[in-house]
Amino acid sequence: MTMAHEINKERPSGLFPERRAFTSGAAPRDVTGWATTAVITALVIVFAFWATLRRLYGVSLTLGVSDYVLMPAAVILSIAVLAILIPAARSVSRARAARQCVSSGDLVNARILTSAASDCAYYTFGFAALLVAVIGFAQFLVANDLAVSRTFLLIPLMWHSFPLVFKAFWLNVYIFVVAEILVLVWGLIVAIARLMPGETARPIRAMATLYTDIFRGMPAIITMYLVGFGLPLSGVPLLGNLSAETYAIIALTLTFGAYVAEVYKAGIESIHWSQVAAARSLGLSYLQTMRHIIVPQAVRRIIPPLLNDFIGLQKDTALVNVIGAIDAFNQAKIISSNNFNLSAVTVVAFIFIAITIPQARLVDRMLEKDQRRLRGG
Amino acid sequence: MPILEIKNISKAYGSHRVFDGLTLDVEEHQVVCLIGASGCGKSTLLRCINGLEPIGSGEILIHSDRVSGPGVDVNALRRDVGIVFQSYNLFPHMTVMENITLAPRKVLNQPAREAEVQARHLLERIGLGQKANVYPDSLSGGQQQRVAIVRALAMGPMIMLLDEITSALDPELVSEVLNIVRDLAADGMTMVLATHEMGFAREVATKVCFLAEGKVYEEGPPEQIFSEPQGERTQAFLKRIVAAGRL
Ligand SMILES: Nc1ncnc2c1ncn2[C@@H]1O[C@H](COP(=O)(O)OP(=O)(O)O)[C@@H](O)[C@H]1O
Ligand SMILES: [Mg+2]
Repeated sequence: MTMAHEINKERPSGLFPERRAFTSGAAPRDVTGWATTAVITALVIVFAFWATLRRLYGVSLTLGVSDYVLMPAAVILSIAVLAILIPAARSVSRARAARQCVSSGDLVNARILTSAASDCAYYTFGFAALLVAVIGFAQFLVANDLAVSRTFLLIPLMWHSFPLVFKAFWLNVYIFVVAEILVLVWGLIVAIARLMPGETARPIRAMATLYTDIFRGMPAIITMYLVGFGLPLSGVPLLGNLSAETYAIIALTLTFGAYVAEVYKAGIESIHWSQVAAARSLGLSYLQTMRHIIVPQAVRRIIPPLLNDFIGLQKDTALVNVIGAIDAFNQAKIISSNNFNLSAVTVVAFIFIAITIPQARLVDRMLEKDQRRLRGG
Repeated sequence: MPILEIKNISKAYGSHRVFDGLTLDVEEHQVVCLIGASGCGKSTLLRCINGLEPIGSGEILIHSDRVSGPGVDVNALRRDVGIVFQSYNLFPHMTVMENITLAPRKVLNQPAREAEVQARHLLERIGLGQKANVYPDSLSGGQQQRVAIVRALAMGPMIMLLDEITSALDPELVSEVLNIVRDLAADGMTMVLATHEMGFAREVATKVCFLAEGKVYEEGPPEQIFSEPQGERTQAFLKRIVAAGRL
């Protein structure tokens, strides 16, 4: 048996309003307008798509592509695009049903249907945006009597240049693999120097800070140029007579060492100071604390930003072409100028994109996992 | 002859003076409880004693040897003085066993086997023998705090500093941690503890110090401090504690 709690009516505590009516329970707003807009948008997109398809079809025929391939493809695509009408139509029917529910006083179902109707409408708009991009790109390719396609995407030339370009790409791979290993070590050294505690370490901190400031501020292409031409010119012993790819590795290590030092530093600083207090209070020295407590915990957190920097480094290996090494980009440029056509360069672009996309997705996945872990507490 | 002497120390954070001529003696086997309002400097005092915070002026002596100021080997000091924090601060990337054996191996250069045997013995002793190979985040707060105590004990300290070690715990987990402290006190471990558990302070303390105005404002045996406090501020503080139902 529960007894009603006795309430003092005369002397309210003053902590909450005396009388207050519930405001939940109003009818949902009407979304028929949105639904109708979705249908109109969908129809416009369908017609634009059909028109573009017709143009592509005609152009492809003149290029000598077989009609046995083209016809079925065109038919399938023109039917497939009708899919955008499905969510649009659903949106309208749900919005109507919601209205009926409101007039018959069924507010709960009215809200459910309204929310479904607006979801369908938003989905339609998103789909439409995607198709607008596709249509725009297709129109760009066929513009000016196919000039764009011929300049960038001449299939036979791409086919022939691929083996040469791909072979030259191994130089890029060599450069970024060696540079990445060096950057991992060098960046950590710089980060630890920047974080050295105490008055006595001030000069070391200043030096490390100056280094990161300079190399993060300097465009990588200038570092590459200065290292690749400057060192040989000055004839410094040991450093004056190296191969172009070695200079590239030095330049990229200097540039990305500065970025990665920042990543390490942020990672180390993200470990709560109480971990340092706990380790130091057990008698561990500063370096032991770094080695056993801080760095192992920081490494887990910095892998995503580190991979991001590595993607940047991999792309920047193309900068070796300023100092004359024959990497994939330089090879492609040679082919391009021999043929007055950029399709070989497009091949390089595709190769770079192909190796960086998996890494980008991996970073996304890791960040997502981190987020989930954080939200999980 | 006190084992720990804090002589007339001062400390400030910027313009905020935390200690202003604070003096405190701790005899061997004594259990000294620090009480006082939040922000009165209990944690800071403990952190100064084991060298995690520098002091402004005055000195701290252990066994008549000065352990504050320049030239002191803080790593040696910390072998003698263990500290346990409110938030346990276990190392999350290490198992319980690794947490406990790290410092004995790296600082005392104990062979791994020896350190493990000792750690296992300590874990059995506090009833966590089964948990040697798990990671801290799979333990309850009370279990984590017990491991943190054992981690400090594995270094064989002469003095233990405990900083509100039960404040972060759910009420039903407090007693398992306090029991260890009781056992340590019974075994004669010299301890300085900051605490909000007035009942516990009354029970285990040989001396209670009330911190206020940057000093030990009033000190004495627990019966005296809790039953007949002399100073005005001590009385006001204890009145608030009683009003909060904590004594
Ligand atoms: N790192 C710090 N920087 C500035 N002020 C601090 C710092 N640590 C503590 N304080 C201040 O010193 C005073 C004492 O803090 P603390 O020792 O944590 O008190 P208690 O443990 O008794 O609650 C507080 O006023 C606090 O704000
Ligand atoms: Mg405190």
